[in-house]
Amino acid sequence: MSTLTPSRSGKARPLPAPEAPRPPRRFRRGAARSRAALGALYATPTAVMVGLFFLVPLVLVGWMSLHKWPLLGAPTMNVPDNYTRIADNELVASAVWFTVKYTVLMTVGLFVVAFGLALLVQQRRRGVGFLRTAFLLPMAVGFASASLLFLGLLSDEIGPISDLLRKIGVIDGYVSWTSGSSESALGSAMVLVLWRFAGFNMLILLTGLQAIPLEVYEAARIDGASRWQTFRRVTIPLMRPTIALVLTMMITGSLLAFDQFWILTRGGPDNSTTSLVMVIYREAFIRLDLGSAAAISVALLAVLVVFNVIQLGVLRRRS
Amino acid sequence: MTRSSLAGRWGYYVTGTALAILFLSPLLWSGWASLRTGTGFGLENYDRLFTSDNGIRVHHVVNSLTVSALTVAGTLLVATLGGYAFGRFRFPGRDLLFLLTLAILMVPYATILIALYVLLGWIGLQDSLIGLSLVLIMFQLPFSIFMMRNSFEAVPRELEESAQVDGCNSVSTLLRIMLPAVKPGLVTVGLFAFLTSWSEFFAPLILLNSTDQFTTTLAVVNMRTASHGSIDYAALEAGVVFMAVPCLLLFAFMQRSYVRGFTSGALKG
Repeated sequence: MSTLTPSRSGKARPLPAPEAPRPPRRFRRGAARSRAALGALYATPTAVMVGLFFLVPLVLVGWMSLHKWPLLGAPTMNVPDNYTRIADNELVASAVWFTVKYTVLMTVGLFVVAFGLALLVQQRRRGVGFLRTAFLLPMAVGFASASLLFLGLLSDEIGPISDLLRKIGVIDGYVSWTSGSSESALGSAMVLVLWRFAGFNMLILLTGLQAIPLEVYEAARIDGASRWQTFRRVTIPLMRPTIALVLTMMITGSLLAFDQFWILTRGGPDNSTTSLVMVIYREAFIRLDLGSAAAISVALLAVLVVFNVIQLGVLRRRS
Repeated sequence: MTRSSLAGRWGYYVTGTALAILFLSPLLWSGWASLRTGTGFGLENYDRLFTSDNGIRVHHVVNSLTVSALTVAGTLLVATLGGYAFGRFRFPGRDLLFLLTLAILMVPYATILIALYVLLGWIGLQDSLIGLSLVLIMFQLPFSIFMMRNSFEAVPRELEESAQVDGCNSVSTLLRIMLPAVKPGLVTVGLFAFLTSWSEFFAPLILLNSTDQFTTTLAVVNMRTASHGSIDYAALEAGVVFMAVPCLLLFAFMQRSYVRGFTSGALKG
Protein backbone atom coordinates (compact mmCIF):
# COMPACT_ATOMS: atom_id res chain seq x y z
CA MET A 1 0.00 0.00 0.00
CA SER A 2 3.01 2.27 0.36
CA THR A 3 3.01 2.78 -3.39
CA LEU A 4 -0.14 4.84 -3.14
CA THR A 5 0.45 8.53 -3.65
CA PRO A 6 -0.50 10.83 -0.79
CA SER A 7 -3.86 12.48 -1.21
CA ARG A 8 -3.62 15.91 -2.75
CA SER A 9 -5.26 17.90 -0.01
CA GLY A 10 -3.85 15.90 2.88
CA LYS A 11 -6.77 16.85 5.09
CA ALA A 12 -7.91 13.28 5.65
CA ARG A 13 -5.04 12.53 8.03
CA PRO A 14 -6.54 11.94 11.46
CA LEU A 15 -3.22 10.91 13.05
CA PRO A 16 -1.16 13.75 14.45
CA ALA A 17 2.56 13.19 14.03
CA PRO A 18 3.78 11.59 17.29
CA GLU A 19 6.88 13.77 17.51
CA ALA A 20 4.89 17.00 17.33
CA PRO A 21 5.43 18.79 20.67
CA ARG A 22 1.88 20.08 20.96
CA PRO A 23 -0.81 18.57 18.74
CA PRO A 24 -2.75 21.35 17.04
CA ARG A 25 -6.05 21.01 18.91
CA ARG A 26 -8.18 22.98 16.55
CA PHE A 27 -7.04 20.79 13.71
CA ARG A 28 -7.82 17.63 15.68
CA ARG A 29 -11.25 18.76 16.69
CA GLY A 30 -11.98 19.67 13.09
CA ALA A 31 -10.76 16.29 11.91
CA ALA A 32 -12.95 14.50 14.45
CA ARG A 33 -15.92 16.53 13.34
CA SER A 34 -15.33 15.85 9.68
CA ARG A 35 -14.87 12.17 10.48
CA ALA A 36 -18.24 12.17 12.25
CA ALA A 37 -19.80 13.82 9.23
CA LEU A 38 -18.24 11.18 7.03
CA GLY A 39 -19.66 8.40 9.23
CA ALA A 40 -23.09 9.99 9.10
CA LEU A 41 -22.77 10.17 5.33
CA TYR A 42 -22.00 6.46 5.08
CA ALA A 43 -24.97 5.73 7.34
CA THR A 44 -27.35 7.83 5.21
CA PRO A 45 -28.56 5.01 2.92
CA THR A 46 -29.39 2.92 6.01
CA ALA A 47 -31.19 5.86 7.60
CA VAL A 48 -33.22 6.50 4.44
CA MET A 49 -34.20 2.85 4.09
CA VAL A 50 -35.11 2.46 7.76
CA GLY A 51 -36.96 5.77 7.82
CA LEU A 52 -38.90 5.45 4.60
CA PHE A 53 -39.68 1.74 4.59
CA PHE A 54 -39.87 0.98 8.30
CA LEU A 55 -40.72 4.04 10.42
CA VAL A 56 -43.15 5.66 7.98
CA PRO A 57 -45.15 2.43 7.45
CA LEU A 58 -45.15 1.86 11.20
CA VAL A 59 -46.79 5.25 11.78
CA LEU A 60 -48.99 4.78 8.74
CA VAL A 61 -50.40 1.49 9.94
CA GLY A 62 -51.43 3.18 13.17
CA TRP A 63 -52.97 6.04 11.21
CA MET A 64 -54.78 3.61 8.91
CA SER A 65 -56.24 1.76 11.88
CA LEU A 66 -58.13 4.96 12.80
CA HIS A 67 -59.83 5.19 9.40
CA LYS A 68 -62.29 3.45 7.22
CA TRP A 69 -59.69 2.73 4.56
CA PRO A 70 -61.01 0.92 1.49
CA LEU A 71 -58.53 -0.66 -0.91
CA LEU A 72 -59.67 1.88 -3.52
CA GLY A 73 -61.11 5.29 -2.71
CA ALA A 74 -60.57 7.97 -0.09
CA PRO A 75 -60.19 7.05 3.58
CA THR A 76 -62.45 8.59 6.23
CA MET A 77 -61.83 8.82 9.97
CA ASN A 78 -63.91 6.34 11.99
CA VAL A 79 -62.24 6.05 15.41
CA PRO A 80 -62.57 3.59 17.10
CA ASP A 81 -64.75 1.43 14.86
CA ASN A 82 -61.94 -0.74 13.51
CA TYR A 83 -60.93 -1.66 17.04
CA THR A 84 -64.39 -2.26 18.45
CA ARG A 85 -65.18 -4.42 15.45
CA ILE A 86 -62.23 -6.72 16.20
CA ALA A 87 -64.16 -7.98 19.20
CA ASP A 88 -67.22 -8.77 17.08
CA ASN A 89 -65.25 -10.52 14.38
CA GLU A 90 -65.80 -14.23 15.01
CA LEU A 91 -63.03 -15.22 12.67
CA VAL A 92 -60.57 -13.14 14.71
CA ALA A 93 -61.61 -14.91 17.90
CA SER A 94 -61.18 -18.37 16.41
CA ALA A 95 -57.91 -17.34 14.73
CA VAL A 96 -56.50 -16.00 17.99
CA TRP A 97 -57.38 -19.21 19.77
CA PHE A 98 -55.96 -21.35 16.97
CA THR A 99 -52.75 -19.27 16.67
CA VAL A 100 -52.10 -19.52 20.40
CA LYS A 101 -52.73 -23.27 20.39
CA TYR A 102 -50.45 -23.70 17.39
CA THR A 103 -47.74 -21.55 18.99
CA VAL A 104 -47.71 -23.63 22.19
CA LEU A 105 -47.68 -26.99 20.41
CA MET A 106 -45.16 -25.90 17.79
CA THR A 107 -42.75 -24.29 20.25
CA VAL A 108 -42.71 -27.33 22.52
CA GLY A 109 -42.37 -29.78 19.62
CA LEU A 110 -39.74 -27.82 17.75
CA PHE A 111 -37.70 -27.15 20.88
CA VAL A 112 -37.62 -30.81 21.95
CA VAL A 113 -36.69 -32.05 18.48
CA ALA A 114 -34.09 -29.33 17.86
CA PHE A 115 -32.46 -29.86 21.26
CA GLY A 116 -32.42 -33.62 20.70
CA LEU A 117 -30.71 -33.18 17.35
CA ALA A 118 -28.19 -30.72 18.83
CA LEU A 119 -27.26 -33.23 21.56
CA LEU A 120 -26.97 -35.95 18.93
CA VAL A 121 -24.48 -34.06 16.76
CA GLN A 122 -22.71 -32.27 19.61
CA GLN A 123 -19.58 -34.39 19.78
CA ARG A 124 -17.07 -34.65 17.00
CA ARG A 125 -17.03 -38.17 15.73
CA ARG A 126 -17.13 -39.88 12.43
CA GLY A 127 -20.25 -39.13 10.38
CA VAL A 128 -21.38 -36.15 12.43
CA GLY A 129 -20.70 -33.74 9.56
CA PHE A 130 -23.01 -35.76 7.34
CA LEU A 131 -25.77 -35.78 9.97
CA ARG A 132 -25.53 -32.01 10.50
CA THR A 133 -25.77 -31.42 6.75
CA ALA A 134 -28.75 -33.76 6.48
CA PHE A 135 -30.64 -31.92 9.22
CA LEU A 136 -29.74 -28.50 7.80
CA LEU A 137 -30.51 -29.20 4.16
CA PRO A 138 -34.29 -28.56 4.39
CA MET A 139 -33.41 -25.00 5.45
CA ALA A 140 -32.11 -24.35 1.93
CA VAL A 141 -35.58 -24.92 0.45
CA GLY A 142 -37.81 -21.84 0.55
CA PHE A 143 -40.67 -22.16 3.03
CA ALA A 144 -43.37 -21.73 0.36
CA SER A 145 -41.69 -24.39 -1.77
CA ALA A 146 -41.41 -26.67 1.25
CA SER A 147 -45.14 -26.22 1.88
CA LEU A 148 -45.89 -27.24 -1.71
CA LEU A 149 -43.50 -30.18 -1.36
CA PHE A 150 -45.44 -31.44 1.65
CA LEU A 151 -48.75 -30.82 -0.08
CA GLY A 152 -47.70 -33.38 -2.68
CA LEU A 153 -45.98 -35.67 -0.16
CA LEU A 154 -49.11 -35.87 2.00
CA SER A 155 -51.58 -36.02 -0.87
CA ASP A 156 -53.36 -39.23 -1.70
CA GLU A 157 -52.81 -38.67 -5.43
CA ILE A 158 -49.04 -38.91 -5.63
CA GLY A 159 -47.84 -38.97 -2.03
CA PRO A 160 -46.30 -42.15 -0.62
CA ILE A 161 -47.36 -41.55 3.00
CA SER A 162 -50.94 -42.80 2.74
CA ASP A 163 -49.88 -45.84 0.73
CA LEU A 164 -47.22 -46.67 3.26
CA LEU A 165 -49.57 -46.37 6.22
CA ARG A 166 -52.22 -48.40 4.45
CA LYS A 167 -49.72 -51.16 3.79
CA ILE A 168 -48.76 -51.46 7.43
CA GLY A 169 -52.39 -51.24 8.44
CA VAL A 170 -52.41 -47.96 10.36
CA ILE A 171 -55.15 -46.48 8.20
CA ASP A 172 -57.54 -47.85 5.67
CA GLY A 173 -59.32 -46.14 2.85
CA TYR A 174 -58.83 -42.58 1.73
CA VAL A 175 -57.32 -40.08 4.14
CA SER A 176 -56.91 -36.40 3.39
CA TRP A 177 -54.15 -35.30 5.72
CA THR A 178 -54.10 -31.62 4.90
CA SER A 179 -57.85 -30.99 4.84
CA GLY A 180 -59.58 -34.02 6.29
CA SER A 181 -59.91 -32.88 9.90
CA SER A 182 -58.64 -29.90 11.83
CA GLU A 183 -56.32 -32.16 13.86
CA SER A 184 -54.70 -33.78 10.85
CA ALA A 185 -54.42 -30.40 9.07
CA LEU A 186 -52.66 -28.94 12.11
CA GLY A 187 -50.49 -32.06 12.37
CA SER A 188 -49.50 -31.78 8.71
CA ALA A 189 -48.41 -28.18 9.15
CA MET A 190 -46.45 -29.07 12.30
CA VAL A 191 -44.59 -31.91 10.58
CA LEU A 192 -43.72 -29.51 7.76
CA VAL A 193 -42.40 -26.86 10.15
CA LEU A 194 -40.44 -29.47 12.14
CA TRP A 195 -38.81 -30.73 8.98
CA ARG A 196 -37.97 -27.26 7.71
CA PHE A 197 -36.84 -25.51 10.92
CA ALA A 198 -35.46 -28.21 13.26
CA GLY A 199 -32.01 -28.03 11.67
CA PHE A 200 -31.83 -24.25 11.93
CA ASN A 201 -32.69 -24.29 15.64
CA MET A 202 -30.37 -27.24 16.16
CA LEU A 203 -27.51 -25.15 14.78
CA ILE A 204 -28.18 -22.27 17.14
CA LEU A 205 -28.50 -24.58 20.16
CA LEU A 206 -25.31 -26.29 19.02
CA THR A 207 -23.33 -23.04 19.20
CA GLY A 208 -24.64 -22.61 22.74
CA LEU A 209 -23.65 -26.18 23.67
CA GLN A 210 -20.17 -25.78 22.23
CA ALA A 211 -19.61 -22.52 24.09
CA ILE A 212 -19.68 -24.44 27.40
CA PRO A 213 -16.06 -25.07 28.42
CA LEU A 214 -15.08 -28.73 28.73
CA GLU A 215 -13.59 -28.10 32.18
CA VAL A 216 -17.06 -27.50 33.56
CA TYR A 217 -18.12 -30.99 32.50
CA GLU A 218 -14.84 -32.34 33.83
CA ALA A 219 -15.53 -30.78 37.22
CA ALA A 220 -19.06 -32.20 37.27
CA ARG A 221 -17.69 -35.64 36.49
CA ILE A 222 -15.11 -35.44 39.27
CA ASP A 223 -17.88 -34.45 41.67
CA GLY A 224 -19.61 -37.67 40.70
CA ALA A 225 -22.58 -36.14 38.91
CA SER A 226 -24.63 -38.51 36.76
CA ARG A 227 -25.31 -37.74 33.12
CA TRP A 228 -28.82 -36.49 33.88
CA GLN A 229 -27.61 -34.35 36.79
CA THR A 230 -24.92 -32.83 34.59
CA PHE A 231 -27.49 -32.03 31.95
CA ARG A 232 -29.93 -30.48 34.42
CA ARG A 233 -27.47 -28.62 36.63
CA VAL A 234 -24.73 -27.68 34.18
CA THR A 235 -25.88 -27.74 30.59
CA ILE A 236 -29.33 -26.20 30.94
CA PRO A 237 -28.35 -23.25 33.20
CA LEU A 238 -25.32 -22.38 31.05
CA MET A 239 -27.45 -22.60 27.91
CA ARG A 240 -30.06 -20.18 29.24
CA PRO A 241 -29.35 -17.23 26.90
CA THR A 242 -29.29 -19.48 23.83
CA ILE A 243 -32.48 -21.24 24.94
CA ALA A 244 -34.18 -17.88 25.46
CA LEU A 245 -33.13 -16.74 21.99
CA VAL A 246 -34.37 -19.91 20.32
CA LEU A 247 -37.68 -19.88 22.23
CA THR A 248 -38.28 -16.23 21.33
CA MET A 249 -37.71 -16.92 17.66
CA MET A 250 -39.99 -19.96 17.76
CA ILE A 251 -42.80 -18.12 19.54
CA THR A 252 -42.60 -15.03 17.33
CA GLY A 253 -42.40 -17.17 14.19
CA SER A 254 -45.41 -19.26 15.22
CA LEU A 255 -47.54 -16.24 16.14
CA LEU A 256 -46.89 -14.89 12.64
CA ALA A 257 -47.57 -18.17 10.83
CA PHE A 258 -48.92 -17.73 7.33
CA ASP A 259 -47.28 -19.67 4.47
CA GLN A 260 -47.80 -23.14 5.93
CA PHE A 261 -51.55 -22.66 6.44
CA TRP A 262 -52.16 -20.54 3.36
CA ILE A 263 -50.54 -23.13 1.09
CA LEU A 264 -50.93 -26.46 2.87
CA THR A 265 -54.35 -26.32 4.50
CA ARG A 266 -55.93 -23.17 2.97
CA GLY A 267 -57.00 -22.40 6.53
CA GLY A 268 -59.44 -25.26 6.49
CA PRO A 269 -61.34 -27.33 7.10
CA ASP A 270 -63.99 -24.74 8.03
CA ASN A 271 -61.43 -22.05 8.94
CA SER A 272 -60.17 -24.27 11.75
CA THR A 273 -56.53 -23.67 10.77
CA THR A 274 -56.84 -19.98 9.93
CA SER A 275 -54.02 -18.06 11.62
CA LEU A 276 -54.10 -14.41 12.68
CA VAL A 277 -51.93 -13.22 9.80
CA MET A 278 -54.28 -15.00 7.40
CA VAL A 279 -57.15 -13.01 8.89
CA ILE A 280 -55.18 -9.78 8.35
CA TYR A 281 -54.60 -10.74 4.74
CA ARG A 282 -58.26 -11.62 4.28
CA GLU A 283 -59.49 -8.35 5.79
CA ALA A 284 -57.16 -6.36 3.54
CA PHE A 285 -57.23 -8.09 0.19
CA ILE A 286 -60.39 -10.17 0.13
CA ARG A 287 -62.74 -7.98 2.15
CA LEU A 288 -60.82 -4.91 0.86
CA ASP A 289 -60.92 -3.25 4.27
CA LEU A 290 -57.39 -2.01 4.97
CA GLY A 291 -58.44 -0.13 8.10
CA SER A 292 -59.67 -3.28 9.80
CA ALA A 293 -56.53 -5.16 8.74
CA ALA A 294 -54.43 -2.32 10.16
CA ALA A 295 -56.27 -2.43 13.50
CA ILE A 296 -55.69 -6.18 13.89
CA SER A 297 -52.04 -5.61 12.90
CA VAL A 298 -51.61 -2.94 15.54
CA ALA A 299 -53.10 -5.24 18.20
CA LEU A 300 -50.79 -8.07 17.17
CA LEU A 301 -47.85 -5.67 17.10
CA ALA A 302 -48.62 -4.50 20.62
CA VAL A 303 -48.72 -8.07 21.93
CA LEU A 304 -45.40 -8.89 20.30
CA VAL A 305 -43.67 -5.74 21.52
CA VAL A 306 -44.85 -6.38 25.09
CA PHE A 307 -43.71 -9.99 24.79
CA ASN A 308 -40.29 -8.97 23.46
CA VAL A 309 -39.79 -6.33 26.15
CA ILE A 310 -40.64 -8.83 28.89
CA GLN A 311 -38.31 -11.36 27.35
CA LEU A 312 -35.46 -8.83 27.08
CA GLY A 313 -36.04 -7.82 30.70
CA VAL A 314 -35.88 -11.42 31.89
CA LEU A 315 -32.71 -12.01 29.89
CA ARG A 316 -31.01 -8.91 31.23
CA ARG A 317 -31.89 -9.65 34.85
CA ARG A 318 -30.37 -13.10 34.62
CA SER A 319 -27.15 -12.10 32.92
CA MET B 1 -13.89 -51.66 24.10
CA THR B 2 -16.60 -52.67 26.53
CA ARG B 3 -19.79 -54.25 25.33
CA SER B 4 -22.02 -51.40 26.51
CA SER B 5 -20.03 -48.67 24.74
CA LEU B 6 -20.06 -50.73 21.55
CA ALA B 7 -23.85 -51.04 21.83
CA GLY B 8 -24.01 -47.30 22.51
CA ARG B 9 -22.07 -46.59 19.36
CA TRP B 10 -24.33 -48.82 17.33
CA GLY B 11 -27.38 -47.21 18.85
CA TYR B 12 -25.96 -43.81 17.99
CA TYR B 13 -25.35 -44.64 14.36
CA VAL B 14 -28.67 -46.40 13.89
CA THR B 15 -30.58 -43.43 15.37
CA GLY B 16 -28.50 -40.95 13.40
CA THR B 17 -28.95 -42.74 10.11
CA ALA B 18 -32.69 -43.19 10.62
CA LEU B 19 -33.09 -39.47 11.37
CA ALA B 20 -30.92 -38.48 8.41
CA ILE B 21 -33.10 -40.61 6.12
CA LEU B 22 -36.20 -39.02 7.60
CA PHE B 23 -34.87 -35.51 6.88
CA LEU B 24 -33.51 -36.28 3.41
CA SER B 25 -36.38 -38.38 2.08
CA PRO B 26 -38.85 -35.54 1.34
CA LEU B 27 -36.22 -33.86 -0.84
CA LEU B 28 -35.34 -37.07 -2.64
CA TRP B 29 -39.01 -37.90 -3.05
CA SER B 30 -39.86 -34.54 -4.65
CA GLY B 31 -37.06 -35.04 -7.19
CA TRP B 32 -38.33 -38.53 -7.93
CA ALA B 33 -41.97 -37.46 -8.14
CA SER B 34 -41.13 -34.57 -10.45
CA LEU B 35 -39.48 -36.96 -12.93
CA ARG B 36 -42.01 -39.79 -12.73
CA THR B 37 -44.47 -39.96 -15.58
CA GLY B 38 -47.33 -42.33 -16.32
CA THR B 39 -45.05 -44.71 -18.15
CA GLY B 40 -41.62 -44.21 -16.61
CA PHE B 41 -39.37 -41.25 -16.10
CA GLY B 42 -39.06 -38.10 -18.15
CA LEU B 43 -39.44 -34.35 -18.21
CA GLU B 44 -43.18 -34.29 -18.98
CA ASN B 45 -44.03 -32.71 -15.63
CA TYR B 46 -41.53 -29.90 -16.23
CA ASP B 47 -43.02 -29.43 -19.66
CA ARG B 48 -46.49 -29.01 -18.12
CA LEU B 49 -45.07 -26.71 -15.44
CA PHE B 50 -44.07 -24.26 -18.17
CA THR B 51 -46.93 -24.75 -20.64
CA SER B 52 -50.18 -25.51 -18.79
CA ASP B 53 -52.76 -22.72 -18.50
CA ASN B 54 -51.97 -21.64 -14.97
CA GLY B 55 -48.35 -22.82 -15.04
CA ILE B 56 -45.29 -20.61 -14.84
CA ARG B 57 -43.77 -18.67 -17.74
CA VAL B 58 -40.26 -17.58 -18.60
CA HIS B 59 -41.03 -13.99 -17.62
CA HIS B 60 -41.85 -15.18 -14.09
CA VAL B 61 -38.32 -16.58 -13.86
CA VAL B 62 -36.95 -13.31 -15.25
CA ASN B 63 -38.97 -11.41 -12.62
CA SER B 64 -37.50 -13.59 -9.87
CA LEU B 65 -33.98 -13.07 -11.16
CA THR B 66 -34.57 -9.31 -11.40
CA VAL B 67 -35.87 -9.08 -7.84
CA SER B 68 -33.02 -11.24 -6.54
CA ALA B 69 -30.36 -9.21 -8.38
CA LEU B 70 -31.78 -5.89 -7.19
CA THR B 71 -32.14 -7.14 -3.62
CA VAL B 72 -28.63 -8.61 -3.44
CA ALA B 73 -27.03 -5.51 -4.99
CA GLY B 74 -29.04 -3.11 -2.85
CA THR B 75 -28.47 -5.04 0.37
CA LEU B 76 -24.73 -5.27 -0.25
CA LEU B 77 -24.49 -1.55 -1.00
CA VAL B 78 -26.52 -0.33 1.98
CA ALA B 79 -25.09 -2.87 4.42
CA THR B 80 -21.47 -2.23 3.39
CA LEU B 81 -21.76 1.53 3.81
CA GLY B 82 -23.85 1.16 6.96
CA GLY B 83 -21.61 -1.52 8.46
CA TYR B 84 -18.56 0.68 7.77
CA ALA B 85 -20.29 3.63 9.44
CA PHE B 86 -21.42 1.66 12.50
CA GLY B 87 -18.19 -0.31 12.86
CA ARG B 88 -15.63 2.43 12.27
CA PHE B 89 -17.12 5.87 12.89
CA ARG B 90 -18.66 7.79 15.75
CA PHE B 91 -21.41 10.20 14.84
CA PRO B 92 -24.45 11.61 16.56
CA GLY B 93 -27.44 9.26 16.44
CA ARG B 94 -25.32 6.22 15.63
CA ASP B 95 -26.61 4.00 18.42
CA LEU B 96 -30.21 5.10 17.90
CA LEU B 97 -30.09 4.29 14.18
CA PHE B 98 -28.50 0.91 14.90
CA LEU B 99 -31.21 0.05 17.43
CA LEU B 100 -33.94 1.18 15.02
CA THR B 101 -32.47 -1.06 12.34
CA LEU B 102 -32.50 -4.05 14.68
CA ALA B 103 -36.06 -3.17 15.74
CA ILE B 104 -37.23 -4.19 12.26
CA LEU B 105 -36.88 -7.75 13.58
CA MET B 106 -39.34 -7.09 16.38
CA VAL B 107 -42.13 -5.88 14.13
CA PRO B 108 -44.15 -8.54 12.38
CA TYR B 109 -43.85 -8.65 8.66
CA ALA B 110 -47.58 -8.57 8.00
CA THR B 111 -48.07 -5.44 10.09
CA ILE B 112 -45.96 -3.12 7.97
CA LEU B 113 -46.68 -4.80 4.65
CA ILE B 114 -50.27 -3.54 4.70
CA ALA B 115 -48.93 0.00 5.14
CA LEU B 116 -46.12 -0.55 2.64
CA TYR B 117 -48.73 -1.53 0.07
CA VAL B 118 -50.36 1.89 0.50
CA LEU B 119 -47.04 3.74 0.71
CA LEU B 120 -45.64 2.19 -2.48
CA GLY B 121 -48.88 3.16 -4.21
CA TRP B 122 -48.31 6.79 -3.19
CA ILE B 123 -44.79 6.89 -4.61
CA GLY B 124 -45.78 5.15 -7.84
CA LEU B 125 -44.20 1.79 -7.07
CA GLN B 126 -47.38 -0.27 -6.75
CA ASP B 127 -47.19 -3.67 -8.40
CA SER B 128 -43.52 -3.02 -9.19
CA LEU B 129 -40.48 -5.27 -8.93
CA ILE B 130 -38.39 -2.29 -7.80
CA GLY B 131 -40.82 -1.54 -4.97
CA LEU B 132 -40.75 -5.20 -3.90
CA SER B 133 -36.94 -5.21 -3.98
CA LEU B 134 -36.76 -2.07 -1.81
CA VAL B 135 -39.01 -3.73 0.77
CA LEU B 136 -36.96 -6.93 0.70
CA ILE B 137 -33.75 -4.90 1.17
CA MET B 138 -35.30 -3.23 4.22
CA PHE B 139 -36.21 -6.62 5.72
CA GLN B 140 -32.64 -7.86 5.11
CA LEU B 141 -31.08 -4.86 6.88
CA PRO B 142 -31.13 -6.00 10.55
CA PHE B 143 -29.20 -9.16 9.79
CA SER B 144 -26.96 -7.58 7.14
CA ILE B 145 -26.05 -4.43 9.07
CA PHE B 146 -25.35 -6.49 12.19
CA MET B 147 -23.16 -8.88 10.22
CA MET B 148 -21.25 -6.12 8.39
CA ARG B 149 -20.77 -4.02 11.52
CA ASN B 150 -19.16 -7.00 13.25
CA SER B 151 -17.04 -7.70 10.18
CA PHE B 152 -15.76 -4.12 10.00
CA GLU B 153 -15.13 -4.02 13.74
CA ALA B 154 -12.99 -7.14 13.45
CA VAL B 155 -10.58 -5.57 10.95
CA PRO B 156 -7.40 -4.53 12.81
CA ARG B 157 -7.10 -0.76 13.35
CA GLU B 158 -3.48 -0.78 12.17
CA LEU B 159 -4.56 -1.86 8.69
CA GLU B 160 -6.82 1.15 8.32
CA GLU B 161 -4.34 3.53 9.94
CA SER B 162 -1.46 2.45 7.73
CA ALA B 163 -3.66 3.03 4.70
CA GLN B 164 -4.44 6.52 5.93
CA VAL B 165 -0.81 7.26 6.61
CA ASP B 166 -0.20 6.20 3.01
CA GLY B 167 -2.67 8.87 2.07
CA CYS B 168 -5.80 6.89 1.27
CA ASN B 169 -8.97 8.84 1.88
CA SER B 170 -11.88 7.04 3.52
CA VAL B 171 -13.40 5.93 0.22
CA SER B 172 -10.23 4.37 -1.11
CA THR B 173 -9.51 2.87 2.33
CA LEU B 174 -12.94 1.26 2.16
CA LEU B 175 -12.50 0.00 -1.38
CA ARG B 176 -8.88 -1.15 -1.28
CA ILE B 177 -8.26 -2.17 2.32
CA MET B 178 -11.54 -2.82 4.09
CA LEU B 179 -13.60 -4.61 1.44
CA PRO B 180 -11.09 -7.44 0.90
CA ALA B 181 -10.90 -7.86 4.68
CA VAL B 182 -14.68 -8.17 5.15
CA LYS B 183 -15.24 -10.40 2.12
CA PRO B 184 -16.52 -13.40 4.13
CA GLY B 185 -19.19 -11.19 5.68
CA LEU B 186 -20.15 -9.85 2.26
CA VAL B 187 -20.50 -13.37 0.89
CA THR B 188 -22.80 -14.37 3.76
CA VAL B 189 -24.91 -11.22 3.46
CA GLY B 190 -25.21 -11.64 -0.31
CA LEU B 191 -26.07 -15.31 0.03
CA PHE B 192 -28.88 -14.67 2.50
CA ALA B 193 -30.22 -11.77 0.46
CA PHE B 194 -30.40 -14.04 -2.57
CA LEU B 195 -32.04 -16.95 -0.76
CA THR B 196 -34.65 -14.73 0.88
CA SER B 197 -35.55 -12.81 -2.24
CA TRP B 198 -35.59 -15.92 -4.42
CA SER B 199 -37.91 -17.87 -2.11
CA GLU B 200 -39.94 -15.09 -0.50
CA PHE B 201 -43.69 -15.57 -0.74
CA PHE B 202 -45.62 -13.25 1.55
CA ALA B 203 -44.16 -9.88 0.44
CA PRO B 204 -44.67 -10.49 -3.31
CA LEU B 205 -48.14 -11.89 -2.57
CA ILE B 206 -49.13 -8.57 -1.06
CA LEU B 207 -47.12 -6.15 -3.20
CA LEU B 208 -47.57 -7.65 -6.68
CA ASN B 209 -51.05 -7.72 -8.22
CA SER B 210 -50.80 -8.56 -11.89
CA THR B 211 -49.83 -12.07 -12.95
CA ASP B 212 -47.30 -10.57 -15.38
CA GLN B 213 -45.30 -9.25 -12.45
CA PHE B 214 -45.44 -12.47 -10.42
CA THR B 215 -42.22 -14.03 -9.20
CA THR B 216 -41.69 -17.77 -9.76
CA THR B 217 -42.61 -18.63 -6.16
CA LEU B 218 -45.86 -16.74 -6.50
CA ALA B 219 -46.61 -18.36 -9.85
CA VAL B 220 -45.92 -21.87 -8.56
CA VAL B 221 -48.06 -21.34 -5.45
CA ASN B 222 -50.73 -19.92 -7.73
CA MET B 223 -50.91 -23.32 -9.44
CA ARG B 224 -52.22 -24.63 -6.13
CA THR B 225 -54.30 -21.76 -4.80
CA ALA B 226 -55.89 -20.68 -8.08
CA SER B 227 -56.87 -24.18 -9.13
CA HIS B 228 -60.55 -24.82 -8.66
CA GLY B 229 -60.56 -28.38 -9.84
CA SER B 230 -57.87 -30.93 -9.25
CA ILE B 231 -54.29 -29.93 -8.56
CA ASP B 232 -51.56 -31.09 -10.92
CA TYR B 233 -49.36 -32.42 -8.12
CA ALA B 234 -46.61 -33.77 -10.36
CA ALA B 235 -46.13 -30.41 -12.10
CA LEU B 236 -46.24 -28.78 -8.67
CA GLU B 237 -43.35 -30.97 -7.48
CA ALA B 238 -41.49 -30.03 -10.67
CA GLY B 239 -41.99 -26.41 -9.64
CA VAL B 240 -40.69 -27.16 -6.14
CA VAL B 241 -37.56 -28.77 -7.57
CA PHE B 242 -37.07 -25.91 -10.03
CA MET B 243 -37.21 -23.41 -7.15
CA ALA B 244 -35.10 -25.47 -4.77
CA VAL B 245 -32.21 -26.56 -7.00
CA PRO B 246 -30.40 -23.18 -7.11
CA CYS B 247 -30.70 -22.88 -3.32
CA LEU B 248 -29.50 -26.46 -2.71
CA LEU B 249 -26.52 -25.92 -5.02
CA LEU B 250 -25.58 -22.73 -3.19
CA PHE B 251 -25.93 -24.58 0.09
CA ALA B 252 -23.69 -27.40 -1.11
CA PHE B 253 -20.92 -25.05 -2.22
CA MET B 254 -21.21 -22.42 0.50
CA GLN B 255 -22.12 -24.30 3.64
CA ARG B 256 -19.46 -22.41 5.58
CA SER B 257 -20.94 -18.99 4.76
CA TYR B 258 -24.36 -20.36 5.58
CA VAL B 259 -23.40 -21.59 9.01
CA ARG B 260 -21.59 -18.32 9.76
CA GLY B 261 -24.78 -16.44 8.98
CA PHE B 262 -26.98 -18.62 11.14
CA THR B 263 -24.70 -18.61 14.13
CA SER B 264 -23.41 -15.02 14.14
CA GLY B 265 -26.52 -13.76 15.86
CA ALA B 266 -26.53 -16.55 18.41
CA LEU B 267 -22.88 -16.07 19.35
CA LYS B 268 -23.07 -12.34 19.78
CA GLY B 269 -26.58 -12.04 21.09
